[in-house]
Amino acid sequence: MLDNLNKKSLKYIGKAERRIDAVEKVTGQALYAGDLEFAGMLHGKVLRSPHARARIKKIDVSKARRLEGVHAVLTGQDLDYRVGLYLVDKYILAKDTIRHYGEAVAAVAAETPVIAQKALDLIEIEYEVQTPFLDPKQVFDKKAPLVHPDLGKYDYVEAVFTPVPGTNIANHTKLRKGDVDKAFKDADLVIEREYTNPNVQHVPMETHIAIGKWDMGDKITVYTSAQSPFTVRNLFAHAFKIPHASIRVIIPYVGGGFGGKAGIHLEPLCCCLSKVAGGRPVKIQATREEEFSLLPCRSGLIYNIKTGVKKNGKIVAQKMTMYWDAGAYADYAVNVTRASGFSASGPYEIENAWVDAYTVYTNKPFGTAYRGFGHVEFSWGVERHMNYVAKALNMDPLKFRMINALKAGSKSMTGEEIVENTGNVSKCMQAVAESINYGKLTAAEKAREKKTGRKIGKSVVALHKAPAMPPFTGTVMILKLNEDGTVTASHSLTDYGMGTYTSLAQIIAEVLRWPIERIRIPIETDTDRDPYDWQTVASKGLLLSGNAAILAARDLLDKCYDVAAQALRAQKCDLDHDESGVFVRHHTAHRVTYQQMAVGYAYPNGNAICGPIVGVGRYIAQGLTNLNKENGQGNPALDWTYGAHGLTVEVDEKTGEYHLIKVASAYDVGCVINAASVRGQAIGGMIQGLGTAMCEGYIYNDKGQLLNPSFTDNKIPTSLDIPEEIDCIAIETPQIDGPFGARGVGEHSMIAVCGALGNAIEEAVNADLTHMPIRQEDVWRAMQKKAEKPARKARALKSPGKSSAKEKAAKAPAKAAKSPEKAKAKVKAAKAPAKAKKTEKAEKAPAKRGRPRK
Amino acid sequence: MKITLKVNGRKYTREVVENKNLLHFIREDLGLTGTKEGCGAGECGACTVIMNGRPVNSCLILAVEADGADLQTIEGEAKNGKLSKLQHAFHENYAVQCGFCTPGMIMSAKVLLDSNKKPTVEEIKEAIEGNFCRCTGYQQIIEAIQDATGQLKKKEGLKRA
Repeated sequence: MLDNLNKKSLKYIGKAERRIDAVEKVTGQALYAGDLEFAGMLHGKVLRSPHARARIKKIDVSKARRLEGVHAVLTGQDLDYRVGLYLVDKYILAKDTIRHYGEAVAAVAAETPVIAQKALDLIEIEYEVQTPFLDPKQVFDKKAPLVHPDLGKYDYVEAVFTPVPGTNIANHTKLRKGDVDKAFKDADLVIEREYTNPNVQHVPMETHIAIGKWDMGDKITVYTSAQSPFTVRNLFAHAFKIPHASIRVIIPYVGGGFGGKAGIHLEPLCCCLSKVAGGRPVKIQATREEEFSLLPCRSGLIYNIKTGVKKNGKIVAQKMTMYWDAGAYADYAVNVTRASGFSASGPYEIENAWVDAYTVYTNKPFGTAYRGFGHVEFSWGVERHMNYVAKALNMDPLKFRMINALKAGSKSMTGEEIVENTGNVSKCMQAVAESINYGKLTAAEKAREKKTGRKIGKSVVALHKAPAMPPFTGTVMILKLNEDGTVTASHSLTDYGMGTYTSLAQIIAEVLRWPIERIRIPIETDTDRDPYDWQTVASKGLLLSGNAAILAARDLLDKCYDVAAQALRAQKCDLDHDESGVFVRHHTAHRVTYQQMAVGYAYPNGNAICGPIVGVGRYIAQGLTNLNKENGQGNPALDWTYGAHGLTVEVDEKTGEYHLIKVASAYDVGCVINAASVRGQAIGGMIQGLGTAMCEGYIYNDKGQLLNPSFTDNKIPTSLDIPEEIDCIAIETPQIDGPFGARGVGEHSMIAVCGALGNAIEEAVNADLTHMPIRQEDVWRAMQKKAEKPARKARALKSPGKSSAKEKAAKAPAKAAKSPEKAKAKVKAAKAPAKAKKTEKAEKAPAKRGRPRK
Repeated sequence: MKITLKVNGRKYTREVVENKNLLHFIREDLGLTGTKEGCGAGECGACTVIMNGRPVNSCLILAVEADGADLQTIEGEAKNGKLSKLQHAFHENYAVQCGFCTPGMIMSAKVLLDSNKKPTVEEIKEAIEGNFCRCTGYQQIIEAIQDATGQLKKKEGLKRA
């Protein structure tokens, strides 16, 4: 929707417009789901499994039922309903079988949270504990226990996913492009390595909260902290076989989601408890601990990449194998597998590509969507691997990236042709490289190294992502003209923090040519009142809803022109409009105001025409296809947003402690709609990505029990962890079908920062890292390992490249081992093991915060 | 137990069970829901209120411990229908995204500014270190606090290449 775009004449687009929802948030007046109270409301609580895999031998809830103040007690035996997004595999409460630590086993609703907790304590359960299946790489082991023996009986979306019954494979995504085997033979060098990341928690500051009410005649009302009201309604309807129209889902202010609130979670349980309690509303507010294990996390990933490359730096073949650790239920993980499968190479052209991406069921808390939808996880592997290959080629890693970057004329892995307007990833890399003075140390940096004794390293990485969504993803915007000439929007995209509503208000104001203050976008969405939107995920909101907003505003104006044409006895072609009304171009005083036409235009004698004015804009993704299940070819991408990070880090060679000096990020956003919002997404996501890179991640024992379900042991970045300097750069290669040329950037900022950190640390102190997060002790360990184990696996197939590559790969580490400081560092560090800064802080924090501070 | 305390300048006397924490007392008994619960364990700072001039995690304090105390919550920050300087700066500088950490963040920042009119960036970071924010990455919050003290010389913006 780029037509007639004269950027200079734009009043709102591109400006740092203030958020439309900030005042209620800075005053504490915004009401989130947890703030809502209803007459007769009960409080629900969930009993969770302490085991990762077990059979429920006996469950006795009689004492809990008898407790005064308890109105409902449910176990898996009471609920024969399964829910699931793409693969319907999850009971609302575990039935006979426990599949992960923290799984919901029973639930109660009582008059107060205290009574509910007491009731939980009265439930007696006998488990038969079984050996859990924990390692997704053992997926082909025939003796491995099956997490879902009934996999073959589950409903699933057949057009898109391929579960393999009789195994733990919930989905197998395949991509085959070109002739990989032949290309490997032609390659000068073939380099293979594996990269890993653990489960990670989203950590929205507001935990999951839902209030459900199940009235007689199966009339359901749900207030919930969810991202996508229509998804909750749809999945609810399918699970309970209740008409969609009988289910009303209302979303108030939501305190962050990041994908963790995208599907359906606590809502069915609240409603089932309410049904038992005679229709009294039941609220369940997840505790922070429940957020880590009862509710979903991000899937772990083991990613094997084998790259064939020519001596000139051109990648000719790549074979990629992903083992996604989905945990106990498929949820979004099957689609994460699909979406990351088709973009698994990063923003680089791979002529001959082969991907096998497996969603593997394990006995762990289950994975769901998380900002980046798989791209954060695989970008760790891809971006580390790009440096690894570049090193073997003895080529600068940025140059190597530039050679292989997707550009106009390239074909994506699914065969989609990249054109000029797809965006420009090279420009993004260039911009961040300049920003961090890549490739050299400035005088100030040299002085700093001298002063601190720490080594400075720099890196540039690139990223890309398209929305992972069905090809038929659509949305509607309705604009209702009010009596005073203001307009109220009705739609179902949610804004749980991103600022999209403000951008939509800017778009509407721009098209209408009205002051933005006259555009109201209510925060709450309500499936009874607002029209359909698929989901608020995937960075698709601005593009799809933005287009719907443009169309709705145009439709509203068109209807206003209809009224004015009659009232002014003019042809529409002779009319124009401004902020107060529609007028005749050559007699501007000859006009009808919006107030006059809002609810129907009335002539002086009382005759009226046209009725109240509403503008409607419907938009659906254009030209997308399902992917061929055998070769992964097709057109899945609404748009590709490209980006790059440049990162400067300083590392202590003795201890492995590191400190972020600068991160510069650039994104090709097509068109900046709100400059402050783009910057907000850019910085917020980048820091969230650094959390993933530096310190976050689930730790289990060998029984599959989660050991760190709290902020004490699973820290997220604080204000003290951010880089000294942050630079955000927008590139604007217009997206032809984007609103004013814009494309989404909600998730992208989080992608590949992890790789940037790993690469910069390697550059600084030659610590070779393949596992994320990079805790400071990991850097220390990697430095030790380097000294001990110099040889790396770099297999060369062709004789010319063979010797040189092997030599080069081996040379760098050898150099490190020789360095006297390194050897000394090893001794010292071995004496006093590196203390993790994070752990230290975690220990300090409660003491410091527990009581009034100094 | 009966307690009497002042919240946002208004006196309250309430009967409260001994094991109820101050956060739940403020939210449930006084109906002031601006103060949020993020973890219930004193780690995230979403429940920060000002007690006798100091920022505290209200989830770690018993309501009975606040007997006789002078409290301020986010609801006491705007006066006469006008945003405070700090709130205004948060609004102007895009220091808010989902808004869930915002009340606690503003409380911590307010205590800093009450005793330090011109805090450095490092002092600001220290002051809000106990307040987690998952959306903003802190940068725009730090800039807002600088702006509230008249120290934000050049508005950090998005660069266009």
